[in-house]
Amino acid sequence: MSNSDHIIVVKNLHKHFGTIKAVDGVSIDIERGKVVVVIGPSGSGKSTLLRCINHLEEPTSGEIWIDGEKLTHATKQINEIRAEIGMVFQLFNLFPHLTAMENVTLAQRVVRHRSQAEAEQIAIEKLQRVGIPEKADSYPANLSGGQQQRVAIARALAMNPKIMLFDEPTSALDPEMIKEVLDVMMDLAQEGMTMVCVSHEMGFVRSAADEVIFMDFGKIVEHTTPDGLFNNPQHDRTKLFLSQILEH
Amino acid sequence: MAEQFQTVDPIITADALSSKRRLRDLPWWLFALFLIAIYVFFAISANEDYNAAFVFIKTGLIITIKTTLISYSIAIIFGLLAGLGRISKNVVINNIARLYVELIRGIPILVLIFFIALVGVPVLVNWLNDFGFWLSDNGVGFFGKLFTAVTNQDISMITRAIIALAVTYGAYLAEIFRAGIQSIVKGQMEAARSLGMSYGQSMRYVILPQAIRNVLPALGNDFVAMVKDSSLVSVLAVRDITQVARLYAGSTFRFREAYIVLAVMYLTMTVMLSLLVQLLERRLKTHE
Repeated sequence: MSNSDHIIVVKNLHKHFGTIKAVDGVSIDIERGKVVVVIGPSGSGKSTLLRCINHLEEPTSGEIWIDGEKLTHATKQINEIRAEIGMVFQLFNLFPHLTAMENVTLAQRVVRHRSQAEAEQIAIEKLQRVGIPEKADSYPANLSGGQQQRVAIARALAMNPKIMLFDEPTSALDPEMIKEVLDVMMDLAQEGMTMVCVSHEMGFVRSAADEVIFMDFGKIVEHTTPDGLFNNPQHDRTKLFLSQILEH
Repeated sequence: MAEQFQTVDPIITADALSSKRRLRDLPWWLFALFLIAIYVFFAISANEDYNAAFVFIKTGLIITIKTTLISYSIAIIFGLLAGLGRISKNVVINNIARLYVELIRGIPILVLIFFIALVGVPVLVNWLNDFGFWLSDNGVGFFGKLFTAVTNQDISMITRAIIALAVTYGAYLAEIFRAGIQSIVKGQMEAARSLGMSYGQSMRYVILPQAIRNVLPALGNDFVAMVKDSSLVSVLAVRDITQVARLYAGSTFRFREAYIVLAVMYLTMTVMLSLLVQLLERRLKTHE
């Protein structure tokens, strides 16, 4: 069914928590290699939407297709699809009992069944790519927030994912560390990685995003380009939101 | 008056204060315990009556240590399984685990030991034997023999005691494991699952290593408790130090010697183990 250009297809997605409709009928098609940034006020359902894409939240109803394959409730299929979708969390979620190197090699060995040597080689490669190969033997507790988040990105990249999801990756960082994480994300975007990011970094939106989705109350209010968002927002709600976050 | 205060050298005051505090913070209770132990050890080496009691009672030491170590090892396995069951989303597994934990924790350990050793084990073995005979009658003698090979006469009281303690402590350890697993933030499981790891893999490689590290002190404390509770197996006539001390006291009427020696033997083990647990706790904290 799905057009092979569309690596993520979401059809009429609903996710309810009790009576709260976190995601309320969202449909999007994301093309391979595109960078899509989801913005919106807190509680607008952007994180929930992201977490439904790799089934960390089970949708109440609706369909999700990843690279032509429909997500079901079968655990095995979901595990396989998750291995193809890297996710970066707001609070990094590194494994504190493992070194940076072990964080990056664990899933490679357990899920991809790579040998220790191969996994380590890939890990060094990815740690170099995010700019901290020298921290390979450090434990997360001895890394700064920015460094932890970069290890988390390396951990996701080591699985060779087709898609990367970023859930407010810079929200928990000190201002001077935001840039080092955004730089890594920009590089990834330039290399053609398909990315879906929940983020309010407008600099990133301007320079890296292909599309911007503005959500409010679980619905997509506006789906546009960065240019369209900044220069020609269609809805009053979008204008109000932009004026609030661009004021400073 | 004011002048008197001014003549006091502030450095000396601070020193005096801190040495006073140091004195106050010393583990006097430990010194006291130590003195009691020294006194009893001295009595054992110098006094014939105490010496005779000790020589007799220490023959039960191997049984006490063996019972404790084996029961505790099995209890760890039961506890881990039941702890995982308690957090399982599977309704059947969850309820079985809950039933086990609540049932065991609602009955006194002494009663459980009687029950498991004298009712639980025999009934279970009889069922298995009957099943074996039924298999043999129906022409599968080979499998039948597996179930009839062990009869109730073959299962010694010490084995029953170990089973009873293990089943009992498993329920208590289950709650420790459950709490340990639940103390790990949700993001850890999510991160592991987002990398494609299964629930089991995430548990094994990500959650349990952290959880077990967190509960090590609690597990240690329960081990100390198990050393003490192993004395309950004496009601099954298992010849641990408590049973041997009872026998000695009963036959010689030297109750004082027997029970003082017995108490100090337990104390020596439990205090040393408790100090080890404290050391472990401190080390875990500094390495956090």
